[in-house]
Amino acid sequence: MERIIRTALELGFGYAPVALALFLSFRILDIADLATDGCFVLGAAISVRMAAAGNPLLGILLAVPSGMLVGAVSAELQTRLGIPSILAGIITNTALYSVNLMVMGWRSNVNLIKEDSVFTLFRKMIPGAWSDFLLLTVFPTVIALLLKWFMSTRLGLSIRATGDNPVMVRASSIDTSSMIRAGLLISSSMTALSGAVIGQYQKTVDINSGTGVVVIALACLIIGETVLGRKSMNKSIAGAVIGSVIYRFVYALVFYTQLVPVQCLKLLTSAVVAAAIAVPHLREERAAVSGTDAAEKEGEENA
Amino acid sequence: MLDIQRISKTFLPGTINEKKALDCVSFSAQDSEFITVIGSNGAGKSTLFGAISGSFPLDAGKILLDGEDITRLPEYRRSRFIGRLFQDPMSGTAPGLTIEENLSLVLLQGKKDATVFSRITVKDRDMLAEKLAELGMGLEDRLKQPVGLLSGGQRQALSLLLATLYPPRLLLLDEHTAALDPESALRIMDLTEKIARNSGATCLMITHNIQQALDTGDRTLIMSKGRIVADISGETRRSIGVSGLTELFRKNAGTDYASDRILLTDDI
Repeated sequence: MERIIRTALELGFGYAPVALALFLSFRILDIADLATDGCFVLGAAISVRMAAAGNPLLGILLAVPSGMLVGAVSAELQTRLGIPSILAGIITNTALYSVNLMVMGWRSNVNLIKEDSVFTLFRKMIPGAWSDFLLLTVFPTVIALLLKWFMSTRLGLSIRATGDNPVMVRASSIDTSSMIRAGLLISSSMTALSGAVIGQYQKTVDINSGTGVVVIALACLIIGETVLGRKSMNKSIAGAVIGSVIYRFVYALVFYTQLVPVQCLKLLTSAVVAAAIAVPHLREERAAVSGTDAAEKEGEENA
Repeated sequence: MLDIQRISKTFLPGTINEKKALDCVSFSAQDSEFITVIGSNGAGKSTLFGAISGSFPLDAGKILLDGEDITRLPEYRRSRFIGRLFQDPMSGTAPGLTIEENLSLVLLQGKKDATVFSRITVKDRDMLAEKLAELGMGLEDRLKQPVGLLSGGQRQALSLLLATLYPPRLLLLDEHTAALDPESALRIMDLTEKIARNSGATCLMITHNIQQALDTGDRTLIMSKGRIVADISGETRRSIGVSGLTELFRKNAGTDYASDRILLTDDI
């Protein structure tokens, strides 16, 4: 039982930066970054491959610039070349499939057998069953704190305002395209970093291990918003991390109780995400319809 | 000094919807001059503002500001010295950011030796609260609230402060009080005149209210069909009155009464 809880917590924190990345790209910039899946695998591939070559720490660090590169490509496609953001993400993601295979040495998976990972190195320093957990909580916590700080800097404020009111941003002599580029650069590096950590944690990377990561991260984001609300920046950032942990608990629950067949979990996740995004829209539409009804009624009364 | 030289703009050229929005418009404005612009709908007033602030490329003509040719400067670079306010109070502020964050964004953007990672200091925050207090709307106590919660008048006052936080060389006001209730509109007009005077910027204001056009500022331009058809100032402007100006408009614009109905409404 302890192991189940621990694993859920570990995975929750390990995947949390992807939810933070989606918070930045989807909630703040209003861009559904579909390159997330491939970007996650790229980070994992680089990290596991480097660990296999005896450089686990370098593998994690290299994931950051590689993620930035993905973000840059995707951003250039949409800001300079006029490709709609969703399509730019799909194109980048498709291209990444080949890139990821190449990074993995044209194999569909790479495993760590006896080689060290950052986790085995850390266990030598701090032994115990909760060693991995400790490392995995420190990492998204640092990222979350950095993100919180970043959001109040000049660049962070400019990115936030770009998603909020681009007209006002241009009127403040800020180039909105540059802000979209900067935002995607940062979100993609967080995604790749999460892939790198999860890859070494699971001691394996598979070319298909990224499938559904973007939808799961969205689900985490929505769970977090439901629990903590989205009133403030602090709550939103904490919510993304907490949402990610809750999701992994639900996953563990389903996995061990077989409440729903595990194979159906992605179907369920998609349904939850679709519903969570649809409900506010439907509510608004309903309010608009009843609003017109009320107006008509009033009109009749006045007549 | 703003110098507009024979600028023209046609939208959708060669189509059935072709619209000659600016037809060889020329005029110049002195530093700290306050000019009101009137004209019926579609006369090209807002297009003129769009041309000056760089929202679209011109077909012909030149725009000089203090002798510098800014005709081809991109919009976001021009906004460094051009402040612009719109009719819609929603357009000048970011609703999801707090009042303090909106102000910080603009403050940091113009601050010398600010890097991309700069944040505002305690001193900056005090200065911003002071500036907010000058608006007389109690916004200085609501620094941490998202701007989306403010009323239209409050948002427009904040927009005005944002546009003039660094004194612009040119302030463009596009019916910025038209969507407000009468009381807020008066309040914002008072603030506008005060801020415009203090900043020393050249100020252009579009209005549909003739009385306001004559009461505010030093000079009035009348536009019709993409041209400036009258330019009055000084003694002429002081003595002309609403009916005189309406008469002048009808004569110079050469249009029928019905299509100019909008010009003749004298409510705010």
